[in-house]
Amino acid sequence: MAQQSYRDAIREALREEMHRDERVLIIGEEVGVWGGTYAVTRGLYQEFGDRRVKDTPIAESAIVGTAVGAAMGGLRPVAEVMTMNFTLVAMDQIVNNAAKIHYMFGGQVKVPLVIRTPAGWGQLAATHSQTFEAWFASLPGLIVVMPATPYDAKGLLKTAIRSENPVMFIEHARLYGVRGEVPDEEYILPMGVSDRKRPGQDLTIVTYSRMLHVALTAAEELSKDGIECEVIDLRTLRPLDMAPVYESVKKTHRIVVLEEDWVTCGMGAEIAARVSHDLFDELDVPVERLGQVEVPMPYAKNLEALMFPGEKEVIGKIKEMLS
Amino acid sequence: MATNVIMPSLGFDMTEGKLARWLIKEGEHIEKGQAVAEIETDKAVVEIDAPGSGTLLKTIVSEDQTVPVGTLIGIIGEEGESPNQIDMAASTVRPQTPPLPAEHASPSTRSDSEARIKASPLARKMAEKAGIDLAEIKGTGPGDRIVERDIEAMTKTIRSAASANRIPLSRARQAIARRMTESKAKIPHFYVSVAIDMTQPVKLREELNRESLDSEKISINDLIIAAAAQTLAKFPSFNASYRDDGLEMHSQINVGIAVALEDALITPVLREANKKSLKAIAIESKALSERARKNKLQAGDLGSGTFTVSNLGMFGVDEFSAIINPPEAAILAAGGVAERPVAVDGALAVAPMMRVTLSVDHRVVDGAQAGRFLQEFKKLMENPTGLVAKDSG
Repeated sequence: MAQQSYRDAIREALREEMHRDERVLIIGEEVGVWGGTYAVTRGLYQEFGDRRVKDTPIAESAIVGTAVGAAMGGLRPVAEVMTMNFTLVAMDQIVNNAAKIHYMFGGQVKVPLVIRTPAGWGQLAATHSQTFEAWFASLPGLIVVMPATPYDAKGLLKTAIRSENPVMFIEHARLYGVRGEVPDEEYILPMGVSDRKRPGQDLTIVTYSRMLHVALTAAEELSKDGIECEVIDLRTLRPLDMAPVYESVKKTHRIVVLEEDWVTCGMGAEIAARVSHDLFDELDVPVERLGQVEVPMPYAKNLEALMFPGEKEVIGKIKEMLS
Repeated sequence: MATNVIMPSLGFDMTEGKLARWLIKEGEHIEKGQAVAEIETDKAVVEIDAPGSGTLLKTIVSEDQTVPVGTLIGIIGEEGESPNQIDMAASTVRPQTPPLPAEHASPSTRSDSEARIKASPLARKMAEKAGIDLAEIKGTGPGDRIVERDIEAMTKTIRSAASANRIPLSRARQAIARRMTESKAKIPHFYVSVAIDMTQPVKLREELNRESLDSEKISINDLIIAAAAQTLAKFPSFNASYRDDGLEMHSQINVGIAVALEDALITPVLREANKKSLKAIAIESKALSERARKNKLQAGDLGSGTFTVSNLGMFGVDEFSAIINPPEAAILAAGGVAERPVAVDGALAVAPMMRVTLSVDHRVVDGAQAGRFLQEFKKLMENPTGLVAKDSG
């Protein structure tokens, strides 16, 4: 198995699916000649031409709206919204069209659409450093995928492109350079299946996207103290696969959710509600959540660094839960 | 006219009693004063007498049922009296039921506090499965919450206790544990001891017993009871109970006699001991001990003690300190009589000596008074003719 970056794994998924199905096309800002702001689509314009890789004006509502229409018309568009922050401009197209058309037309029309967009931050300031995944995850009609590794990203994107339903495929700007093993042969991964990334019996960490890596590092550190954390990567935020979470909590009786989102009304709130309802009798400590400080993102680097829980905070919280 | 049989109070601190056995069946005739039922209290099984003659119309409380003092337990009436009248009798007696002592409010209070026990859901589930009462566990989690490890520790304790062959606590054992713990925890005890020259009392006892019937024979303990009763009459503050709002001075001097049973201890009470002759004390104390050992104590034999005498002399014990039997203010612990070297007029001699220790509630009396009490007691014991004076009368 070859080591591949998260960025390359996503590009490979796009390329493979474009070769496999000529209805697949890419549409977005600077995705063609320039190769994408995060260089994900680099080379695809040259390989597939301007009919399959479409540059658009800076108009996210138009990008998503065009993609929704193309999907309804029988194509399999993959729309790239440069950063998740710009989905705000396309919200009506995503929420009211992409997610509802199939339902409102009595199933006569399908919207096999993928919207790729990265979350992330890095001195991009308050309006360009947001993570809204929980907003999308609350919408019936959408599938929301948020992979953390090159392997998951590739396998899940291929499945998303083949899906008959609209999928929000949320990448992470700070994961594009992360490398991991990706099989040479073709594979796909099912959406809506959570994945145990590390076995353990003392405490369950539930997370997704970039925070998975924080969780795994913290778990490694804790292991030196004899504390074995089980780490569950949700991978898909809607529909939520809680089975591995429940299986784990029945064993550990302790759960902390790590997210990059603000915790209020975030994914952790949803996980906490489900666990405390469905596994009430299994909990020995309250469900804990660790996420972003509830203020808009500061620009200053030193302040930005204080916004997210790191390994140290995660380890502190877990030790507190086990004390 | 129906007569109500109610759960009697057999002592200051009796709040509830268990109906051990009905001695008369419903519909059977009973004479006033005849034993109608056996009541099991914390201390003993006692018979209660029928308050009136007639037919036992109804047993309201069934055997093995525990009810508060004052509860209507049965009705004696004329044969053929209708159930309606019985019901009326039952309903009229209810308002007369004495207000229950504070302890009786506890069932509801307890359930409230149980609801407030902080335990993790997992701990609750585990406790329920293991049959563990959360109220018995101290939580070690945040804010003293009971968590998994607390239940695990408790389960382990129970398991090891089980392997150590745990004997369930009898009601009497429980009562002793509760009362003695309460006494030691609440009452600031202090102890005063004195050695008593028993030459005279031993001699007197021999003389008195030479011609007596066995049932009238006087023991050293009877002399101690008589001397203690007379000392109490002179020092009434030792015949008192400490209450938060004042000292309760008892009008009667009721001396409890600690009697050892096979697996417990009981203190039947010799009432108004200061008014009784030595012979009467001897006869009564013998009868009380006898009934106690046979578990045949009657309602009047227990409770309302105002002072206790405990004697371990028969085991060769030199001296010991006793725990006060609440709500009493003092207890006298007597050791055995043994020949000891004593100094008499500057020369060494041998005399039969006995050491007694008075345990005193310091909230009620102070050391100097305890010293004077023992001084008087010693004087009465060493010159015991005063104790027999009443017998001539």
